Amino acid sequence: MEHIRTTKVEQVKLLDRFSTSNKSLTGTLYLTATHLLFIDSHQKETWILHHHIALVEKLALTTSGCPLVIQCKNFRIVHFIVPRERDCHDIYNSLLQLSKQAKYEDLYAFSYNPKQNDSERLRGWQLIDLAEEYKRMGVPNSNWQLSDANREYKICETYPRELYVPRIASKPIIVGSSKFRSKGRFPVLSYYHEHKELNAMANRAAGKGYENEDNYSNIRFQFVGIENIHVMRSSLQKLLEVNGTKGLSVSDFYSGLESSGWLRHIKAVMDAAIFLAKAITVESASVLVHCSDGWDRTSQVCSLGSLLLDSYYRTIKGFMVLIEKDWISFGHKFSERCGHLDGDPKEVSPVFTQFLECVWHLTEQFPQAFEFNEAFLLQIHEHIHSCQFGNFLGNCQKEREELKLKEKTYSLWPFLLDDQKKYLNPLYTSKSPKFTVLEPNTVSFNFKFWRNMYHQFDRTLHPRQSVFNIITNMNEQNKQLEKDIKDLESKIKQCKNKPTDGILTKELIHSVHPESPTLKTSLCFKEQTLLPVNHALRTIEGSNPADNRYSEYAEEFSKSEPGVVSLEYGVARMTC
Amino acid sequence: MEFSDLIRTGRAQAKLLRGPEAPPLRGTLCLTGHHLLLSPGPQATSELWLLLLRSVDSIEKRVASDSGTITLRCKDLRVLQLEIEGVEASLDIARSIEALSSLESVITSFPFFYRPKGLRLGDAWHFHPPERYYKRVARETNAWRLSEVNEDFSVCPSYPRAVIVPRSVDDGALARSARFRQGGRFPVLSYHHAPSGTVLVRSSQPLTGPQKRRCAEDEELLRAVLAGARPGARGFIVDTRSSQAAKQARMTGGGTEAKTAYPGWKRLHRPLERGQPLQESFVRLVEACGDPQQSTDSWLRRLEGCCWLAHVKEALSTACLAAQGMEREGACILVHGAEGTDSTLLVTSLAQLILDPLSRTMAGFQELVEREWIQAGHPFQLRCAHSAFSHARPKHEAPTFLLFLDCVWQLGRQFPLSLEFGEGLLLALFEHAYASPFGTFLCNSEKERCLCEVRTRTHSLWSGLNQPKEQRKLRNPLYAPNPLAIWPSVELQSLRLWQGLFLRWIRPPEPSEVAWEKVWQIVTDKEKTKLSQPTVSASEPQL
Repeated sequence: MEHIRTTKVEQVKLLDRFSTSNKSLTGTLYLTATHLLFIDSHQKETWILHHHIALVEKLALTTSGCPLVIQCKNFRIVHFIVPRERDCHDIYNSLLQLSKQAKYEDLYAFSYNPKQNDSERLRGWQLIDLAEEYKRMGVPNSNWQLSDANREYKICETYPRELYVPRIASKPIIVGSSKFRSKGRFPVLSYYHEHKELNAMANRAAGKGYENEDNYSNIRFQFVGIENIHVMRSSLQKLLEVNGTKGLSVSDFYSGLESSGWLRHIKAVMDAAIFLAKAITVESASVLVHCSDGWDRTSQVCSLGSLLLDSYYRTIKGFMVLIEKDWISFGHKFSERCGHLDGDPKEVSPVFTQFLECVWHLTEQFPQAFEFNEAFLLQIHEHIHSCQFGNFLGNCQKEREELKLKEKTYSLWPFLLDDQKKYLNPLYTSKSPKFTVLEPNTVSFNFKFWRNMYHQFDRTLHPRQSVFNIITNMNEQNKQLEKDIKDLESKIKQCKNKPTDGILTKELIHSVHPESPTLKTSLCFKEQTLLPVNHALRTIEGSNPADNRYSEYAEEFSKSEPGVVSLEYGVARMTC
Repeated sequence: MEFSDLIRTGRAQAKLLRGPEAPPLRGTLCLTGHHLLLSPGPQATSELWLLLLRSVDSIEKRVASDSGTITLRCKDLRVLQLEIEGVEASLDIARSIEALSSLESVITSFPFFYRPKGLRLGDAWHFHPPERYYKRVARETNAWRLSEVNEDFSVCPSYPRAVIVPRSVDDGALARSARFRQGGRFPVLSYHHAPSGTVLVRSSQPLTGPQKRRCAEDEELLRAVLAGARPGARGFIVDTRSSQAAKQARMTGGGTEAKTAYPGWKRLHRPLERGQPLQESFVRLVEACGDPQQSTDSWLRRLEGCCWLAHVKEALSTACLAAQGMEREGACILVHGAEGTDSTLLVTSLAQLILDPLSRTMAGFQELVEREWIQAGHPFQLRCAHSAFSHARPKHEAPTFLLFLDCVWQLGRQFPLSLEFGEGLLLALFEHAYASPFGTFLCNSEKERCLCEVRTRTHSLWSGLNQPKEQRKLRNPLYAPNPLAIWPSVELQSLRLWQGLFLRWIRPPEPSEVAWEKVWQIVTDKEKTKLSQPTVSASEPQL
């Protein structure tokens, strides 16, 4: 708390970056140990976790006050105007301190308390069990075994303790191989694909340089050009610069999108994963994937490839397992890539964000293949940066054990599972067989700007009604109605067996007959009916002409503007 | 002229390729006056394949030693390839298709021969008479009346017989105002927004010319529009040209309303693309979509270069501006460009869709297309003579109606529950506007349709579409009536390429279409379960 000089500032204005320039909300800004909180005059709360803050800027003083712009890692950008420069300066300095911690122990996860006891906490951590996952894949088996070579992290610090290697790989072979590979990351099993006659494996390993073909028998190389973390970081920066502008012209938007290269990078990752999946299914080949260190691009390609190959990873639980296995346990450096601590900015890179975006593109192409929806991906993205749960802290398993995360913090996954209703895809068809391999089409038309990620907090840019909500509700109603029918039918049967009880039957039927199910439609519709205002001024959430710049001429109109009722409600996040 | 004169070879053995996804068809190719048929032979399982010749946009022929290949690019953006046995036969067939697909005569076109089972001629021409809407407005407002000044199309050849005008202006004044407007298109009511009491009016440009001529009756007409709304009502003239273009139009006899002549009215210029540049934008977009091998960068560059989405954005934001002026500011809006038959209709029809819940229903939308496009004199025959593939230099072609459909599609994406119709209806309207067995989109105006006796001698598209078997394709299963105005976002981040149209034949059948089927299933399940409840309680008496 020593960083907080001012805890409360009144009469602060919050500007919406995409609505008309002069529109703002006035409210009070609070600074807590973990969050920045803004409560506007409608009592709507905006919470911003300090760890989410990527950048704080104080702009030049204006007549209305001192502008403070906060950019967050979840792509929220808020623009405050603080009346007094002194307050602004205090908040600015506090946020600079609070958003950059030097020690892991100062991160939110170590103080976050969801009121669970130790055994609940432990059970939460045990929810995802990787040993169980390897068993599910079918290892150990006659060809692959569990190796104890890395039990003490002696061979490779950034690998987990338990590794699966070919049976014929003795310890000396492993030690020898590890010395030949960058950071000791020798080839180990990532995913084992077992299906009828197919029998193939995806491995992972690191190398600087590449293998000489002459020295390896029966092997073929494929180079897939995925760029390094620095290129990806600046690509995302360019993308955000472009889409952060309001009133973009077609050429600004598309030439910006193109020159950022972002979609090109997404396609490259996707192409590599497709290559991998094809090699395994079509050629029944084993695949070794590596980049230079094997914890960024390798993780992307292996996990995405597994997702294409195995429908289990397309379920909610399976996706958690996939992230635990290919990202967390194999040492993707979450803390460095997400900048959890005040560290080297050159280590920060949106590698995992790209993975989530590739998954989103898959869900767009295969709307029925995934048990989870877009909100699930957004929520996971939120938490790789939030430092609220222990899963993503640290850079490898060894470091996590040293931090005693399982004793001192909570796991994210049980919380997501408890909430899983929010994350279910209503169109999911679970009946597809386990080995239905997804074969995405990567023609350039299929790569689209992910508005719901990069503009998730810009409510005026979103579709105004949610298909997702309504379908989910209909599905639920269908289930309820079917259940009612069954109940009624069984009651009829019962009654037919006891024909004398006429009166009771009648009563039963009336009591069971369900009250007409209230159609729980989207958020916006619920609100509509609540609004007692003048018909002409009612509007759907986020759909208000004043929020949308239809023309500079709109200002012509507003000269004699009769106070337009603006209806601000919770941010409508989910969209079709 | 007989069609048979144009058919050099009527029959040949051929293989048809229908894009990367569909399997090739083999069989006997036959050419008739209006169709190309491929009959797969007696033992084949597939059905007869049929193509309306009118829908062919361009033909390319190549010959090898003993066969020829004809590439047919269709107006609905499909690309077909025919491999025909025999060099002579293939050249003959290509020439015949070329001649038959470009026949200009309306009364020998297929709609005059099309007699589908289950439909009776003349049945549906009364589906959506604009008079019904005009009568309603006249009744509700008391300030407007139906006029038959154009009964014989002499005052304005591109207007329908009945129009609706301020009650206080007589037919003589209308005729004089018509002489002051290009093509006789004097200001008429397009839409009455009951909640605010304001109206949307459309016309063509005034013929002020270099001398800045005025017309008392025209001024009276616009004064009466404001007076009919409410005392002291303001008006905005949304000119769909730049102010410079509007000034330049004076040199050729056109122009724009002078401030002093029309008190209470204020002019806003919102330049919208039209004519040849719009057609070129369409052609370039379709070209870009035809190249699946290109890199992501090249695709984005071409998407940018063709500017199509810029036109979508401009059209939508201008319509929103007009709607905002009425709903939020309580002002009357007059929309015109030059002729008042293209971008003007784009703006007025979109503004209604934004404001009026009725126009978002299946029947209401059809009525809107009938009233604001067909009856309002959008020259479909000229504008849709060719689609994006034609090699001929465009003369009057412009995809204004397609741009309208695209904007509607964008509205549907942003308000997925608010339109009763789905993408299927928009695709159907696109197809039929360019080539159709029905008569609805024939000719350029009501006058021409009367001369050709379209109503009595062809079937209406509306009766075709409103058959029960078509409904599943056309309806939005998620529709929930929404009484409010729908204000779309016009930021580029919110607009998307209409893949369902522009990439319809290029990408494999989308899994998302399968998913849409699933949505239908969920919705109909719901209806089924709802329906089956009464049956359970209906068994009550038996107990």
